[in-house]
Amino acid sequence: MSNSVKEVLFGPIFNDNPIGLQILGICSALAVTTQMSVALVMCIALTLVTAFSNLFISLIRNQIPSSIRIIVQMTIIASLVIVVDQILGAVAYDISKQLTVFVGLIITNCIVMGRAEAFAMQNPPGISFLDGLGNGLGYSVVLMAVAIIRELIGSGSLMGIEILPLVTNGGWYVPTGMMLLPPSAFFIIGLLIWALRSWKSEQIEEPEYEIGGHTALSRAM
Amino acid sequence: MFEYYLSLFLKAVFIENMALVFFLGMCTFIAISKKIETAIGLGIAVIVVQAITVPVNNLIFVYLLQDGALAWAGLPDVDLSFLGYLSYIGVIAAIVQIMEMFLDKYVPALYNALGVFLPLITVNCAILGASLFMVNRDYNFGESVVYGVGAGVGWALAIVTLAGIREKLKYSDVPAGLRGLGITFITVGLMSLGFMSFGGISL
Repeated sequence: MSNSVKEVLFGPIFNDNPIGLQILGICSALAVTTQMSVALVMCIALTLVTAFSNLFISLIRNQIPSSIRIIVQMTIIASLVIVVDQILGAVAYDISKQLTVFVGLIITNCIVMGRAEAFAMQNPPGISFLDGLGNGLGYSVVLMAVAIIRELIGSGSLMGIEILPLVTNGGWYVPTGMMLLPPSAFFIIGLLIWALRSWKSEQIEEPEYEIGGHTALSRAM
Repeated sequence: MFEYYLSLFLKAVFIENMALVFFLGMCTFIAISKKIETAIGLGIAVIVVQAITVPVNNLIFVYLLQDGALAWAGLPDVDLSFLGYLSYIGVIAAIVQIMEMFLDKYVPALYNALGVFLPLITVNCAILGASLFMVNRDYNFGESVVYGVGAGVGWALAIVTLAGIREKLKYSDVPAGLRGLGITFITVGLMSLGFMSFGGISL
């Protein structure tokens, strides 16, 4: 595997994560993460849609007039999402019911649009496909991390299998219902970004405003 | 009747807030909430687009896509509901485009104020989300108008509040790794926690 292919495929996972750095596709990252199985289905759906929309858009990139490119991209993405939705409805009906509107919202997921616009319009099909795959994986890593934390702490199980025996079933673990509520998803993503940026310190943002020496704790010490 | 619509409106604004409870429109919500003025402009644009697209999509769903909806055209067995996503996003893109041209011609002041936000709204998931929720919950035309406006107002309220907090927040000494995106998420989390207190209200 050549270096650039590797970079396109694995770069988005930690170095250029769509959620952690590019601020793309956050909506669904929060809403579908109360259960691992649901999040996993969402990850697979999004990764496939991103990869294939990149592939198809890249195939016809020289034929798309730039004035109507958004609508063309939207049509391709929406068609792919319809396919995914129909397959989910047929194969995994329960999970597709739990995902409700969020499968449809893959259409407006900024990762798909963003990669189509930023990468697939300029690059040949093969590498665009890999870029879609890589960004899908980067999204999946964050989504699964959030889902693992929320399901384990919130209901003491992973993939629906009980890991920490619950009090209601004669065990010792009292589930933290807070983890299943919307705000905890924000906290977990915020903390994950903190962890990621402490590890990859080049991703830290510049301060917008300089704080005087005697008020900033970090400078007063 | 009025009470029913009022409760639907309040529910859409507070209890089922698009941004803070359903996490819709998060990308724009986080990216364009650094200044109050821009947040207000974007908020108004979202309210207007929501108020138009949700009822229009409602009409399209009821008279064209629903199972048996084409009975008026002599095709009672046709079920086009699988075309839903494609139609809704098409309608949204078209309405945003028409609105842009209309404002450019007749209300240039508002057009200049909204600037780049209008095209951005097409890819705002709160807009598509509201249409999909409308279909999911079988709202009729009147309900969809109220729900569209309510969802837009709720989202606008959330982004303006967040912008207000972030304007103050930039003067605080945040740990380096948490600066910018990280602390914004935690702020939104706290706001979302605040909005959860509306959850207990039954209307």
